[in-house]
Amino acid sequence: MPNENTLSRRGLFMKLGILFNGLVAAALGVPVLGFLLSSVTRGRANAYLSWVPLGPVSEFPEGETRLATFRNPNGMPTDGKTVDTACWVRRVEGDQFQVFAVNCAHLGCPVRWFPQSGLFMCPCHGGAYYRDGSRASGPPERGLFEYATKVQDGLVTIQAGELPTPGASAALVGKKSPCA
Amino acid sequence: MAEVGQWFDRRLQLAAPIREISEHPVPRNTASWWYVFGSAALVVFLLQLVTGILLAMIYVPSAGEAWSSLQTLNHDVTLGWFIRALHGWGSNFMIAIVLIHMVQVFLFGAYKFPRELTWIIGVFLLLMTLGMAFSGQVLRFDQDAYWGLGIGASIASHVPIIGPAAVKLMLGGPIIAGATLSHFFALHVFVIPGMLIGFVCLHVLMVLKLGINEWPMPGRLVKRATYTSEYHELTKKDGAPFVPYAIWKDMFFAAFVLVAVAACAVYFGPFGPTGRPDPTIIQTAPKPDYFFLWLYGLLSYLPPSMETPALLIGPVVVIAFLVLLPFLSGEGEKSWRRRPIAVLTVLLIAVILGTLTHLAGYTPWSPRMNAWSGDPVPAQFLRSSTALERQGALVFQVKQCRNCHSLGDKGGLRGPSLDSVAVRLTEDQLIRQVIQGGGNMPAYGKNLSPAETTALVAFLETLHPAGQAPARDASRDTVLREDQEGRSSTRP
Repeated sequence: MPNENTLSRRGLFMKLGILFNGLVAAALGVPVLGFLLSSVTRGRANAYLSWVPLGPVSEFPEGETRLATFRNPNGMPTDGKTVDTACWVRRVEGDQFQVFAVNCAHLGCPVRWFPQSGLFMCPCHGGAYYRDGSRASGPPERGLFEYATKVQDGLVTIQAGELPTPGASAALVGKKSPCA
Repeated sequence: MAEVGQWFDRRLQLAAPIREISEHPVPRNTASWWYVFGSAALVVFLLQLVTGILLAMIYVPSAGEAWSSLQTLNHDVTLGWFIRALHGWGSNFMIAIVLIHMVQVFLFGAYKFPRELTWIIGVFLLLMTLGMAFSGQVLRFDQDAYWGLGIGASIASHVPIIGPAAVKLMLGGPIIAGATLSHFFALHVFVIPGMLIGFVCLHVLMVLKLGINEWPMPGRLVKRATYTSEYHELTKKDGAPFVPYAIWKDMFFAAFVLVAVAACAVYFGPFGPTGRPDPTIIQTAPKPDYFFLWLYGLLSYLPPSMETPALLIGPVVVIAFLVLLPFLSGEGEKSWRRRPIAVLTVLLIAVILGTLTHLAGYTPWSPRMNAWSGDPVPAQFLRSSTALERQGALVFQVKQCRNCHSLGDKGGLRGPSLDSVAVRLTEDQLIRQVIQGGGNMPAYGKNLSPAETTALVAFLETLHPAGQAPARDASRDTVLREDQEGRSSTRP
């Protein structure tokens, strides 16, 4: 009969068994967590962003705002139509473009452009924006999300790949564009 | 037959515990129609399990195929539409019954000692039920689901610091796509139901162990020291076996609920799917399912500065309050007759949720996207109008003013109706409002030429009830008169 201060052989094995199982669980937990968080921990910052062409400059008349679509650069074969994304392209003049996400800066519903009144209107909660994307009225805290834009080889090109959301908007355009 | 039964029971040894459970005494007055909602929720949950498994036999959780597989279920698979409708209506009934059950438990003081943990697990069951409803709406991968996910992601992005990571974790990637649907499929089919089954078992087990809450009598106070013995006294003196004394009401109500679900399923049919989940189709006004409409309404009324705190702190406060409730008032009066604040709280919440749900039904805060081209200017506003005023009416339509402002009860409700705007605003005020906006109206200065503004305001000036003069600036008359007098006096 072992007294209370000594460790019995069975007690030791029991404790070792718990320890061994704990170690195995922790070791297996690392890859499980790594898998679960893979969409977050993916490589470098802005890993999802890349430059995507929207079409030749000539497709966008000066002073007008047109809907354009592009394919998300991170698509998988099973994504179906969901990788096709719409955006509003405003050609201010010459090679100067503004490209807005269709997602309202309030909660992401698709805004529509009304050229007659020069406003973007959101069907969900009534957000409205001016033609330059700045906030006009309604619940949004800010203007429309704007993609970083450049004209390359006669093509309007934007830096895209992430769903723009109000809290994450800083990440959308990187450091350069003010994204106001 | 009896021998077969005995053969099994010698091995399973379940007959005695089952008999004990079914014949456990319950207070006589709990055999009431008020005590049937918990068991009804359980029965609807079982219906959801069965219909869910049936749907999973056809449904394809792929962003490219889900929508078509729902069409297949609706149109090609025998009775597929009915199983989808049962599952959809079962979901609505389950939320409704869980909420009613919760209100009944709250008003009957059943969350008090010693049933605190039963209540807390019930709170988690409610959250899981709502989680099932939201993830289920995502699996119906249509336009509403797609943009609803966008709304969910936008809310998640408000979390400080980890917001962007939370969005990617929720979507399973940088955008709403195949991985998003698969993530929600795993949640809806494995994770949440697994937890639900576990928690439901605990919940029911505790009801059996602690006994059903006795009918609350005004003045019979709960005390930690004496409650348990008093309860046992009550079940001994005035108790009756649960089977068959009380259970028949549960059975009747559960059957009635199932019939109601089936009747709704047959009459109204399955929910959707609405349009294809194609993000390039932006001519859509997404709306959540019925039990999330109140949230949709709330989000349009929150002022921008309140949004982040309300979205992030609000749910934490509500859940914390619900979890802590049995510790804040674990003793004392159970009867709702002597708990006026409890009754008023329930009524207040019901009125708020009901109002927001009702408003979300016709979204007065959203511009009517087609009003400018679809709703004509009523003829009574154009009678005996000048050419300039008619030109103004044209500007009014073409510049989409109608999308937010109604005329003759037609048009948007975002801004005030303009049927009698000339009575409220003077000409100068109208010009200022149109050009500079303000009070939640965009400024139109850049989009209206001076001629258009003049015409528009001339039209707006005609909008006043017959016999009621338009508002005018009295000081302006004086200035004009003085100006005229001055001019005439200086004239030789």
